[in-house]
This record gives sequence, structure tokens and C-alpha cells, in this order.
Amino acid sequence: MTLTQKLINDGNDAVDEMLQGVLAAHGAHLRQAAPRAIVALHGPRAGKVALVIGGGSGHEPAFLGYVGRGLADAAAIGNVFASPPPQPIIDAALASHGGAGVLFMYGNYAGDVMNFDMAAEMLEMDGIEARTVLTTDDVASSPDRSKRRGVAGNVFIFKAAGAAADLDMTLDEVERIARHANARTYTMGVALSACSLPQTRHPNFDLPPGEMEIGMGIHGEPGIRRAALRPANAVVDEIMDRLLAEMQAARGDRVAVLVNGLGATPLMELYILNARIAERLAAEGLAVHLTLVGAYCTALEMAGASVTLMHLDDTLQLLIDHPCDCAMFRQG
Amino acid sequence: MLYQTCHLADLFEGFASLMARERDALCRMDGLIGDADHGIAMSQGMAAAHTAVAALGDVTLQDQFNAAAKGFLNAVGASSGPLYATAFLRAGKLAGPRTQMPLADTPQIIAAMAEGIAQRGKAVPGQKTMLDAFAPAAAALGAGSLRADIAAARSAAQAGAAATTDMIATIGRAALLGERSRGHPDPGAASAALLITAFCDQIERLAQSEDTP
Repeated sequence: MTLTQKLINDGNDAVDEMLQGVLAAHGAHLRQAAPRAIVALHGPRAGKVALVIGGGSGHEPAFLGYVGRGLADAAAIGNVFASPPPQPIIDAALASHGGAGVLFMYGNYAGDVMNFDMAAEMLEMDGIEARTVLTTDDVASSPDRSKRRGVAGNVFIFKAAGAAADLDMTLDEVERIARHANARTYTMGVALSACSLPQTRHPNFDLPPGEMEIGMGIHGEPGIRRAALRPANAVVDEIMDRLLAEMQAARGDRVAVLVNGLGATPLMELYILNARIAERLAAEGLAVHLTLVGAYCTALEMAGASVTLMHLDDTLQLLIDHPCDCAMFRQG
Repeated sequence: MLYQTCHLADLFEGFASLMARERDALCRMDGLIGDADHGIAMSQGMAAAHTAVAALGDVTLQDQFNAAAKGFLNAVGASSGPLYATAFLRAGKLAGPRTQMPLADTPQIIAAMAEGIAQRGKAVPGQKTMLDAFAPAAAALGAGSLRADIAAARSAAQAGAAATTDMIATIGRAALLGERSRGHPDPGAASAALLITAFCDQIERLAQSEDTP
């Protein structure tokens, strides 16, 4: 089998070498608190709830790109597609907490839940309260909201929680906002080609030419179904039908839109998708308050895209507009 | 016959080379129902466990298991990290702060690991996980003799792992696939059966060497 071509050195060093490069580029925003824990230089402060995010690598700019003032205070960095162990999560929490508690936010995956829960138990022994809000925005992953995966909607959900923390809300309030933001965020994606892990360089699933996988996860987990690839508008329509049915919005409601590339799909195609998304939202009488288009939560070099809608209300709109300054994301 | 720290150190060395050999096969298996990284997690985890155990000086069996747990967990994270770390901590508690234990007691290590995995993963057998290799192996113990126990545990682990092919995953990442998870073996059960087999093979060899005058 031919190996996927990658610009890497030893695949086992990929994550640490990436971190080295990130720190070299973004020293004005980030510092390394521990080998796999990154902290915002200007984020944490006394009396503020610390927002700690994290997860596997390979989703860049998630998660470390969202560490910065007004968004997450710290991130724990795992191996490619693997939850970080408890130690870097603890390191991230200790480096960022300001005495007002810690909120862990991450996508709902079994491994992440076990490692973050172990970290929370150990922090509790040190007298630091850490609560958890899981993101569950991938509508294709389960009919049961609580079992869904967290995917690109993380960007909006973390953003809302990070703004709430930056506005000096209490741990109770930040947690409530985070749950509210998650409950109103909906994502669905489509994959056109596989990605491959740096260590194996083998495609992690087989997708025959001419086909797409609807509802594919951001680690190459199988989605809802496989179908022949169709024109962009038809793909958007299938995704939007599902998202709009889930969202149950009324005419005049506002949304934030994220058209996310999974790694290999060019901006041209993402904007083509967005043209149809905007048409569909206009037809529903929904006002688009903010649109983000680009690679925000990737799956290595997977081709494909996801669409996220956040159903705004006055609170969420204020929080989404709140300024933030991260290494890979700025607002306001 | 006693099971000593040098035997446990050999076991972890064997686990590390076994998982390195099986890495790509386990990744391919995981690619069918998961995210294709199980072989990487297991090979990195066991390499770290082996390194941690090999670095120890004059210690007890429990120290070795605890070092393996910490080494595995911090190298891997993921779901196999907390699960194997908890399993090793339980095994260490069973082995206790002593430098050797009766060979006849070693099969209970499998039962202790199964219990730790079930508790950390909040899982029961039949959900298409590594527990489907560990739990049948633990349940097969108590046959009477050490030889019979070891043989029963080994074949139960292998049969349990094979039986996951017909199961629908109801916990973990593959659970989201529902019916689509059927028809593929669970990679976590497959790697668990390999490890249990390696452990049983070692105990069997030690028991045989005792018989040979």
C-alpha cells in the first residue's frame, strides 16, 4: 500500500514538533505550562473562572488555537485523535485557575470523559473545583442529544463560555451559559476522502472514488450513510434540512454560521457551500448575524466540510460578539 | 513456584514487543468501526509501561504495576489509557507490596484487571469492548488447577474477542454506529485477548519449568 505523503519527520514526534512550531510563532499569545499544556499569556486572572479545553491533536486550529484572552485560558493537548491523559489536563488547570473554579469543556468522547474526570477528581483533592460541560453538536452522530459527539460547533460554544468567563460571571453562570450554548448549536458534516495518522500514514477508512460519507465524524468515524457525491447545493440541502429540523427556529430568529473545512477542502468550495447556506437561511426568514468560513476544526487532511448553526438569543449574540484575541482566532 | 518481579518485568517487555508487532493490524481493525488509532495507543502505552518498569530498581510487584499504570496513562490518554491504568493499579493491589507471589495466585491478576476495567469504563460484558475478552477470561477461573485455569482463561479470552464480531457496540465511540458496528471485531477486545494470551503463555511456561526436573 502506498503511504500518504506528509511533511513530517518521525510520525511519533509530530505533536511535540507542532507544539514547538506553534510556540515559536505565537509567543505573544501562548506559553507552555507543561509539555502538553498550553496557557494564554493574557487570559487567566485572579477571580476569573478558568476555561480549560482540550482533546486530541489533528484538529488544528482546535484546540490550542482557541486559547487566548476572551476565550479559553488553557488547553491540554493529546496525541493525534486521542484524549490527553489526566496530567496535562491538571497542568492546564493549575496554570490557569484564578480561585473562581475551573470549567472543563471538550467534545463528548469516551476517552476524553475518562481522562478529564480523573483530572477533576485529582484537582478536587487539591481543593480546586472543576466542572465539566461536554459539547454534543454533531446531529448526525445520534438521535439522543446527550450521546452526540462534539465537533466544529466547539468554536461557538467555547466562544460563548469564554466570553462569559471574561465578563467575570461565576462558575455557576459560566457553566449554565456553556450548556445553553451547546444546546443551541447544531453541526453536520460530509467527508469526501479519508485522513491518515502521522504514525501509520494509511488512510483510516476506505471511501471509493465518486462517493461521500454523510455525517462523518472528525476522526473518520463512519457517519449516517454513504452516497454518490452530488453537487454542492444538493449536499448543503441535505445538511440544512437536517440542521433546520433540529433547530426549530422561528422566522426572524438570528443565527451564527460556521462553514468549516475538514483539512483538504479549499476555501473556494467552502464559499460555494456558504452561498447555498445563505439562500436557505434567507428562505427560512432567518437573519445571519455572523458567518465564519475556513478551517476551524479539522481532521488532518480529510476532504470535506461541516456546517454549524448556532441559534442565537440576546445573551449568546452578546457573547459571540465579545472580543477575543487568540493565536488563531480573533474577534472584535 | 513463585512469580517474581523479574517475571513481571519480562511480561511487560513481552507486551511492548507484542503490541509493536500488532500495531498496524489493530489500527486497520479500528479503522472499520472507530478512528484507526488503537494500535498506536496500545503500542505507545505498552512501550511506556515497559520503560517505566525496566527503570525501577529493587521494588515490589505492586510498585511495578503502579509504574506501568502511570507510564501507560501518561503516554496515551485516549480511552485505553485510563482503562489499562486502572487495570494495572488493581493488579498491583492484588499482587501487593511483596517481591514475589505464588504462581498459583497469578490467574487472579486477570480477574483484578477485569474488575478495574469494568469500573473505570462503566461497562458490562456484551457491549463490544475490551471487557468482552477480560470478563470471560476472569469468569473461566476457578477450574481447580493452575494449568486448567490458565488454559480456560486463554481460550475464553480468545473466544470472547471473536464473539465481539457479532455484537452491536452500545458503549464508546463505536456505539454511535449502532447496527453498522456488527460484522467487525472490536479492536480493544482483540488486543486484550493478545495480552491475556501472552500472560497465560508465560504462566504456563513457568509452571512447566517447575515440572521439568
